[in-house]
Amino acid sequence: MTGTFVGMPAFPTAARDALADSQLRGNLARATGTIRAKRAAAVAEVPEWEALRAAGAAIKDDVLLHLEDYLVQLEASLTASGATVHWARDAAEACAIVAAVAKAHDADEVVKVKSMATQEIGLNEALAEAGIAAWETDLAELIVQLGDDLPSHILVPAIHRNRAEVREIFQRAMGTAGRPAPDGLTDEPAELAAAAREHLREKFLRAKVAVSGANFAVADSGTLVVVESEGNGRMCLTLPEVLVSVVGIEKVVPTWADLDVFLQLLPRSSTGERMNPYTSTWTGVTPGDGPQEVHVVLLDNGRTRALADQVGRQALRCIRCSACLNVCPVYSRTGGHAYGSVYPGPIGAILNPLLRGVGVDDQVDSLPYASSLCGACYDVCPVAIDIPSVLVELRSQVVDAHRGGLPGGEAAAMSAASWVFGRARRLAAAERVSGLTGRLATRLARRLPGPASAWTDARDLPTPPRESFRAWWRRTGGGGDA
Amino acid sequence: MRVALMVTCINDALFPERGRAVVRLLRRLGCEVEFPQGQTCCGQPMINSGYVDQAVPPLRAFVSAFEGYDAVVAPSGSCVGSARHQHALVARRSGDASLVQRVAEVSPKVYELSEFLVDVLGVTDVGAYFPHRVTYHPTCHSLRMLGVGDRPLALLRAVRGIELVELPAADECCGFGGTFAVKNADTSVAMGSDKAHHVRSTGAEVLVAGDSSCLMHIGGLLSRQRSGVRVLHLAEVLAATEKVSV
Repeated sequence: MTGTFVGMPAFPTAARDALADSQLRGNLARATGTIRAKRAAAVAEVPEWEALRAAGAAIKDDVLLHLEDYLVQLEASLTASGATVHWARDAAEACAIVAAVAKAHDADEVVKVKSMATQEIGLNEALAEAGIAAWETDLAELIVQLGDDLPSHILVPAIHRNRAEVREIFQRAMGTAGRPAPDGLTDEPAELAAAAREHLREKFLRAKVAVSGANFAVADSGTLVVVESEGNGRMCLTLPEVLVSVVGIEKVVPTWADLDVFLQLLPRSSTGERMNPYTSTWTGVTPGDGPQEVHVVLLDNGRTRALADQVGRQALRCIRCSACLNVCPVYSRTGGHAYGSVYPGPIGAILNPLLRGVGVDDQVDSLPYASSLCGACYDVCPVAIDIPSVLVELRSQVVDAHRGGLPGGEAAAMSAASWVFGRARRLAAAERVSGLTGRLATRLARRLPGPASAWTDARDLPTPPRESFRAWWRRTGGGGDA
Repeated sequence: MRVALMVTCINDALFPERGRAVVRLLRRLGCEVEFPQGQTCCGQPMINSGYVDQAVPPLRAFVSAFEGYDAVVAPSGSCVGSARHQHALVARRSGDASLVQRVAEVSPKVYELSEFLVDVLGVTDVGAYFPHRVTYHPTCHSLRMLGVGDRPLALLRAVRGIELVELPAADECCGFGGTFAVKNADTSVAMGSDKAHHVRSTGAEVLVAGDSSCLMHIGGLLSRQRSGVRVLHLAEVLAATEKVSV
């Protein structure tokens, strides 16, 4: 992947371009609709789903409350089982650690398991600068990488592509990265998968170093867990001699028993399956079996900042299932690129400001507003993150971050509304004026100028009544013919 | 039972006939309805835009107007959602302990119209007559914040003469979302256009919902499209009888 989210415009602008792309909207509507239905069916099978959700949230909250203790325990058990533990404050530190491990083995390439943490830190770009090629081996990540594209979904990074586009990308780009696509490749899914398999296999067999993330890290045993569908992860985790895993510090769970909860919640929420096809677990180094040198990079990169946010810290419960993306009416129309981050959709709208801090730039500050607050995300979240409440909290932080200096139009309007709504008398007076001007405006023009045009470009305005409800009540004493 | 009508600012200023419909309906069912004159707005527009401090004056007006009633009834899932789920937070942020206490007393007594009819009055057949083909959009805050479930549909099914048709993808947001409708106008209109498309696909003459804000958005699109579909508030349909039509 050589594309970058850096410099992306704020959400409303990015969304406008996405909405105008009918191919994209068609691809997204089909794909999110399919996964949404699968998830609903898989969850409906579990009568105790709400109890499972509550358990998942409780385990994560306990971890976040005692994060320091669990991380120290994890470090000790990893070290005892033969792994080398590194601590990375930010993306640059994490990337430097991975590059140093690869260089120590004279590797000029690594194979990668699909991993959000390594996307988040821009590892592929950092390794490329260090002269190391990072090969994505997840099918969708391969499509994104070969297409010189950006991921647009947490689980299905190439959700914005259809199979005709995938065929075109494979034909054009596979040869530049290794084994070319076979002649006469069609857009049949089985043929496309076979082409990817041939292309990837030589990379699996050649690579000396693999890079992964982890879905979970068990503190008391030092076990890392990767959950996947394709088996490419299993190849990366078992074939190369050296394995480096970049793991967000919020991924820790106390014991194996806790995995019981998450390994039920995650696949049903994510792919709509009862169980995912591959669950790989490894505990440090096992002599004569699998990688003989195991590194674990424990990554902060804004997580302690998020943890300090009393309302927002619940976002660190996230297990990256992407159920919230698939049900989101905004995401399913704009797609993921509009969010300007590897974390799109409702979770991205809260996670990015929490990890990076509000007030850093307009793009991040636009994300908490990229929601109608419909609440569908909260309903499906397997760890019960109250995304709408966090969005509202972050909006108030955005407003606070921009205090000082001259108040903008919105701040002035809100202060005026606050004053008017503070006393019913003032509201009654305002209604008399707005009723008059409103009737005049709707009579004279269907489309209003200025900021009001955002409404009237596509929507008619109601004609204000001659008399407000309160004026009617006062005139008739409420006893009139209602 | 002393029942207060919380008409909501949008109905007060733009759709007073919907407030009158609630009054007519509740009186027909034997309630004594009062309209506390001090009421203004629940404060949600400010809260959801990030101006929580600016929501404190409206909140003070809200508790002053509505404390002391047995029940406060509003024709809106969204405003009731704000009263029940956001007011406590605003009061806490104000640092005023007495406001926190007053909010804790008032909030649980605030009911969305269909909740009040079904749960408090215990009726589903309100004696309405509305001989039209109707489809119903469950608004997000009534559905997911309040969990009104199928109460509005149970009320509509009991209306004489009504032909109720199912709305495809009914539980998907219409795209209004308060300031979202103008801050992210393109996305809002894309969502609303899909909703309008589903409404038109039912062949309904009337779209009914329990929130005037959502109806203003969907209705604005249906009107611009010259679809011929009318939008009505649930209260207006339930208030309609053989003698009083809407």
